Amino acid sequence: MTTPVRSPVTSPVEARRPPRRTGGRDHAVWFLVLPALIPILVLSVGPLLYGILLSFTDAQSGRTSPTRWIGALNFQDLLHDTLFWESFRIGLVWAVGVTVPQFLLALGLALLLDQDLRLRWLARALAIVPWAMPEVVVGIMWRLVYNPDAGILNETLRDLGLGDGRDWLSGLATALPAVIVVGVWAGMPQTTVALLAGLQNTPRELHEAAAVDGAGAWRRFRTVTWPALRPVALSITALNLIWNFNSFALVYVLTSGGPGGKTRLPMLFAYEEAFRYGQFGYAAAMGCVMVAVISIVLAVFLAGRLKGGEDA
Amino acid sequence: MRTRPAARAGQYAALLAYLIFLAFPFLWLLSTAFKPPRELGSLHPTWIPRHPTLANFRQAFEEQPLLHAALNSLLAALGAAVVAVLVATPMAYVMARHRTRLARAASGWVVVSQAFPFVLIIIPLFLVLKRLRLIDSLAGLTLVYVVWSLPFALWMLVGYVRAVPAELEEAAAVDGAGRVRTLVSVTAPLLAPGIAATALFAFVTAWNEFFFALVLLKSPGNQTLPVVLTHFIGAEGVADLGPLAAAAFLATLPSLVVFALLQRRITQGLIAGAVKS
Repeated sequence: MTTPVRSPVTSPVEARRPPRRTGGRDHAVWFLVLPALIPILVLSVGPLLYGILLSFTDAQSGRTSPTRWIGALNFQDLLHDTLFWESFRIGLVWAVGVTVPQFLLALGLALLLDQDLRLRWLARALAIVPWAMPEVVVGIMWRLVYNPDAGILNETLRDLGLGDGRDWLSGLATALPAVIVVGVWAGMPQTTVALLAGLQNTPRELHEAAAVDGAGAWRRFRTVTWPALRPVALSITALNLIWNFNSFALVYVLTSGGPGGKTRLPMLFAYEEAFRYGQFGYAAAMGCVMVAVISIVLAVFLAGRLKGGEDA
Repeated sequence: MRTRPAARAGQYAALLAYLIFLAFPFLWLLSTAFKPPRELGSLHPTWIPRHPTLANFRQAFEEQPLLHAALNSLLAALGAAVVAVLVATPMAYVMARHRTRLARAASGWVVVSQAFPFVLIIIPLFLVLKRLRLIDSLAGLTLVYVVWSLPFALWMLVGYVRAVPAELEEAAAVDGAGRVRTLVSVTAPLLAPGIAATALFAFVTAWNEFFFALVLLKSPGNQTLPVVLTHFIGAEGVADLGPLAAAAFLATLPSLVVFALLQRRITQGLIAGAVKS
């Protein structure tokens, strides 16, 4: 298509102006937005508010008597529910235990993939595999790895003469570390891709200038790479903490929360409470407590990100 | 930039370690899927099956209704992908091009919805769908998947829309094209690859999803592939390893193919959304 009138705004200098400020009173906008807005309101925002309401009731599944408003009773009960707080503690250990090594490993991999290395394409292709797999399959796969008799982990330990191995997923001491390793493996790709994107936004010239100035690898990382990467790193870490704290399928398949509740993440706990014991109101209260904690994590990281922005 | 040989060797060693860490569980799954029972029972498992067999695959299909479950998954994932993209594209367009309060609220929702613990959503959703008589039905699950994949679809699509220069649309308007014609004949064709990538990504997430399917589908005839896969693991956690591995491998194939085809587009889309939001 040719443009007969070359308006001044299309000149390259002014190409990056902010989006138009129409809308507001523009009715056409509503026709574009409603098809998505209605399902969002009905099946996402609505249920969220309804869930908060439910946490103040004694709602149970399959009960004939009407649901009653019981105020903060669920939350009072929750306060004294040692099993819930134990599961909460496990959730925090799991979230931090997965997120931190995952970040460090993904950062290392992203830095490597940013280099001009020969097997880079293979690593990139492989890094996608855990991402593409259903979480259920990841869980099944690692059950095969951890299998006490036919698993490759114990066989490798036997070959290396490091003892006879053990039943990793059923041991009280080993179960949580074992599922954490799986969590790290499963979430590495997203983190790597995000960090790689951040790295590719760092200006090359700065790197080269620093190298010419005789800065070593560590100094170049600290003074050039990290400042540019910081916003991406903070966002992805905040999201990872939240996603991991909320995770379900992986651990459900690996251990179902066992042995003895040692891997019972809050989501597994709430799921059992709601759909095994039918305690809808109580489980909704658990959900509210989880939202509160997550909001704090988000707030802290958003504050950190804004502060980083001011420094830059 | 020049790197010293020692550093280079270190880099290759690290890369190799990563490759092994990323690949070995998957290779082990493959190897287990093709092993005959005798080799699976052996106390000294081998990496490569000595007598590879397809018996595990046959047994997997005999033990569980895999084909039926795959069909259920396919229907739910296709439905979710198509509907999600149909409703998300116009909204993403508004979010990218107009700075209204609504667009800003939608962007906020995209971020916040990433943080929902699903348990707070699933209980009311369960009650709502029950009232609508959509519980234990693929249609109900598909609806949930549409809403569930919207944040990511919007995230990706907003990035793709921003990549289309607004100047092109203005030029069309100057040429006398109406708003609808501009969207259909100028913007849509440029967006098409991004829309396709978003749809495939939504397909994969729905194909892989487990939690909603576990809660919302009760009758075995309705269950999706991930739920049926867990039936291979018995109540006591004892599993028939060969068929389990075979079925798990088959369930991964569609998503692997999609990701292999789309790897670059998907990462670009995610990056575009991430960098510009």
